Amino acid sequence: MSTAHATVKPVSLQGARLPKWAPWGVAATAIAVAVAVGLAAGLHSRVQWGLIAAVLFVLGTYALSAKVEGRRQAKDRVATSLVWVAFLLAVVPLLSLVWETAVRGVKVLDGYFLTHSMGVVADAEPGGGIYHAILGTAQQVGLATLIAAPIGVLTAIYLVEYGRGSLAKAVTFFVDVMTGIPSIVAGLFILSLMLMLDLQPFGFAGSLALAILMLPVVVRSTEEMLKLVPNELREASLALGVPRWRTILKVVLPTAVGGITTGVMLAIARIAGESAPVLLLVFGNNFINANPFEGAQASLPLYIYQQYINSAGSPAAYDRAWAAALTLIAFVMILNLVARGIARWKTPR
Amino acid sequence: MAKRIDVSGLSAFYGAHKAIEDISMTIEPRSVTAFIGPSGCGKSTFLRTLNRMHEVVPGGRVEGKVMLDDEDLYGPGIDPVSVRREVGMVFQRPNPFPTMSIFDNVAAGLRLNGDYKKSGLADIVEQSLRGANLWNEVKDRLNKPGSGLSGGQQQRLCIARAIAVQPKVLLMDEPCSALDPISTLAIEDLIGELKEQYTIVIVTHNMQQAARVSDRTAFFNLAAIGQPGKLIEIDETERIFSNPSVKDTEDYISGRFG
Repeated sequence: MSTAHATVKPVSLQGARLPKWAPWGVAATAIAVAVAVGLAAGLHSRVQWGLIAAVLFVLGTYALSAKVEGRRQAKDRVATSLVWVAFLLAVVPLLSLVWETAVRGVKVLDGYFLTHSMGVVADAEPGGGIYHAILGTAQQVGLATLIAAPIGVLTAIYLVEYGRGSLAKAVTFFVDVMTGIPSIVAGLFILSLMLMLDLQPFGFAGSLALAILMLPVVVRSTEEMLKLVPNELREASLALGVPRWRTILKVVLPTAVGGITTGVMLAIARIAGESAPVLLLVFGNNFINANPFEGAQASLPLYIYQQYINSAGSPAAYDRAWAAALTLIAFVMILNLVARGIARWKTPR
Repeated sequence: MAKRIDVSGLSAFYGAHKAIEDISMTIEPRSVTAFIGPSGCGKSTFLRTLNRMHEVVPGGRVEGKVMLDDEDLYGPGIDPVSVRREVGMVFQRPNPFPTMSIFDNVAAGLRLNGDYKKSGLADIVEQSLRGANLWNEVKDRLNKPGSGLSGGQQQRLCIARAIAVQPKVLLMDEPCSALDPISTLAIEDLIGELKEQYTIVIVTHNMQQAARVSDRTAFFNLAAIGQPGKLIEIDETERIFSNPSVKDTEDYISGRFG
């Protein structure tokens, strides 16, 4: 038997490997070739250059790896490179959008711009600011949050902790339906009420429409967070003789509060950029109106739209629109960061 | 302080499925009663009927009588919340509240029930932690999160939390199955001390453990998968492990089962 062992060819576990820098090399080559092809064929669009480079990168990786490392490794590398290409395809438009907005937006974005309204400035003239729009957005979004966050969180608590049977199913179904409501429809719904009651546009009407849009997002995210709370914790609390409502209030909610806050913040970020319902219900206003319950108000998305549409091509108005867009993006980004901070701070360790 | 439990004709259901059928037994105060039997035979379900935790599961339903001294736990007008204050429970996996410190975990039962005097709270927490043999290990870090302790310490923290509300009965659902042998030994020693004051019921898959810690042992079995579990016999632990009266028990204990 021992002679039979000796005839078996020793199998090495070590195969040929491409060096670590190989993917970078392939990427650089792909880009270089793509640029050369693009120039030679006279392609003007950089997007086309990028797509050629991406295809070359994936094919090149496969060819090189299949030759050196074998087919199994080559498939692995192709999958990895596809993930990278997909990542870049997703990130490039985002970065380009933020970059474009930042570059164009900083031109007029300064302290004066943030603290003054458009009250005495004609649409086509330079000057003016977005104070009235920031105020309007903050009030409308704040009121919408005051309405939607408690209702949404309570609905989610009902669905996760108590909801059984047909009522819970119906609530879940309608929350799903609400998720799909186009913002203009929410606006029209409130507008029909406003027309019935014979009211003029005012900030709070916008808040109501925004709350309708915000509600399903809050319910969904809170529901997911509450489901993540281990059932053992509920049982531990109940077994101590703690009533159910107190268990929810003192054990379940504190455990999930980080995630719930994040969900509410993301919902706020989602409605802060809504313009359609605001256009219908709040109307827009060049003057400062600090009372959301009476009279037309401005808001950031609406301001951007109106600066663009009413200015007859005036570069000053375009600059203001870009600066307002940058402010809105910054607002949403800061909210996201705050949400992440709270989630990290509150997450049980 | 400890109370006797008298169960008669108890069946428990999950929706339409009958999980345990017609169980009657007496659980003596100031003693340890162990439940053994194969998985799925209803030991845990039965344990959870003893403090009305069974009905927390959607569709959970119970028929029969459970007398705690002279009160029927399933009688009319009985509040399950008060039952659970009398009959505490320790679970299979240690489950300290992750948002709370060690101190707050032990105080949780009292705080959340709202019936305590602030001045006495620190004393009760210390007593409970001493009672669970954990005081010396955690007295310098009472404000640290409970989830930072080792598995065995966490389980003793859960025991401290359970005894802080001063129950009459302590139910333990496989309290050592997630622990290493040394932590298991610590818990078993603790059970030996706790039985001076409490009625203790413990579910275990470890037959040596049942033989070590319990005074009386109950053997549960089920005829087939999907059939309800039944109590086969309950007797002095020594008798169950040396000379049981039912052949199934002997087969199960000696490993000849199935």
